[in-house]
Amino acid sequence: MSDSETILEVSRLTVRFDRTAVLAELNFSVARGASLAVIGPNGSGKTVLFRALIGAIPYEGTIRWAAGTRFGYVPQKLDLERDLPITGRDLLRAKMTIAHAQKADAVHALERVDLPEAVLGQAIGSMSGGQFQRLLVAFALIGRPNVLLLDEPAAGVDDPGQQALSEAIRRLQQEEGVTTFLISHDLSVVYRYASSVLCLARQRSYLGPPETVLTPERLSEVYGAPTSFHVHDEHGR
Amino acid sequence: MDVRAQIVCAAMAVAAGMVGCFAVMRRMTLAADAFSHVALPGIGLALVLGLHPLTGALVALIAGGVLIWAIEGKTKLSTEAITGVVFSVALAVGSLTATGEELIDALFGAPGVMTTAEAVFGLTAAIAVAGFIFMARDRLLVSLVSSEVAIASGIGLKRLQLSFLIAFAVTVAIGMRYLGVLLMGSMIIIPATVAKRLARSIDGMFAIAIGAALISTLLGSWIAAWAHRPSGPVIVAIAGSLFFVSLVRR
Repeated sequence: MSDSETILEVSRLTVRFDRTAVLAELNFSVARGASLAVIGPNGSGKTVLFRALIGAIPYEGTIRWAAGTRFGYVPQKLDLERDLPITGRDLLRAKMTIAHAQKADAVHALERVDLPEAVLGQAIGSMSGGQFQRLLVAFALIGRPNVLLLDEPAAGVDDPGQQALSEAIRRLQQEEGVTTFLISHDLSVVYRYASSVLCLARQRSYLGPPETVLTPERLSEVYGAPTSFHVHDEHGR
Repeated sequence: MDVRAQIVCAAMAVAAGMVGCFAVMRRMTLAADAFSHVALPGIGLALVLGLHPLTGALVALIAGGVLIWAIEGKTKLSTEAITGVVFSVALAVGSLTATGEELIDALFGAPGVMTTAEAVFGLTAAIAVAGFIFMARDRLLVSLVSSEVAIASGIGLKRLQLSFLIAFAVTVAIGMRYLGVLLMGSMIIIPATVAKRLARSIDGMFAIAIGAALISTLLGSWIAAWAHRPSGPVIVAIAGSLFFVSLVRR
């Protein structure tokens, strides 16, 4: 790691499925405490990048995390059977055991995502989309991670739920210094919460602050069609 | 049935109930049943070599588990598909190496007194399997929800999957003596399916699966002894009845 303030260095990262390179020669670094949004059209390799970053798939090139990095991972919408007899409490208790965490840790995580204790007794299959996503974020927070990877955490969640989730993630990054990596299709959320944006595209990738990456010209080039978004004001309007 | 055999059967029921919970939740239901047949070529080979059939069954089942795990990791095919292939080949090879009566005994269990060696193996293996599932249950639970979340939480996923398949293989081997490989698959699946229907939490699922497996095994053994019938089919018939009751109950 060239700099103690750098938490992640990626160089020449290539991921292939069969012979097709989904990610090719990707280079970027992320500062400790930053909020990196990863955007790009469908199939551009956003989830693949996250899976490579946590070591879930083989890759070429180098991924170097700073020493002492602890991950929290919130996956994309899960394909779970609705009738599994697993409650929210079962899931959090499992994570507490694995992470050797105290109960106070779980209480703190639930407060962060504003999930009432009463919801934890429900089977995960009977929770609403918003409740389940917040449970997954709380799950990720147990063990006090210093890096949080969120793969479209608000997908399938209603508007107020999305706002609450985005706000919870923002507070984690700003108040606790957690480095966040967020995949999102909602460019207005990206514009509002990210300190930098990694835009993945077939031809090449762009990294920079939202003001320089989220320009109409660049978005049009990456998405192949004119793309616009609405920047919410401070009240989320 | 003597007290020693009853203790071993009870231990086997506990192990089958616990392994079954994760087999059912991992959608391995049919694969789990088919997997038990992998014991057959091992039994046939053990008989040819003059060894105890249980030795051959255990080796074949563990080898089958490792093979399924290795192919799964290499090809990304589902456990169910790979088990289907391995099971069919095992059944074909097994039918070539084992003769009629031996095959029936292996499939449906053999009556008779349990030897000390069989009892020691059964009890030790059942305690080891139950202990593994108890110790690994949180890791198994998280990996069930999402493999990425499991990896990010520091769980060694591949090793955990292999350990689970071996625990499953050993459980089938424990039940071979009294239930037979064909019926042991059912013993793993049915109590856990009953539990999945009735339970509201993971602890509840374990409790119900173990309870249903114990009731089926002990009650089935006593009824079979009283009616002079083979124990395996009676045990599975009782487990099946519990399943149909659970359909009404919820």
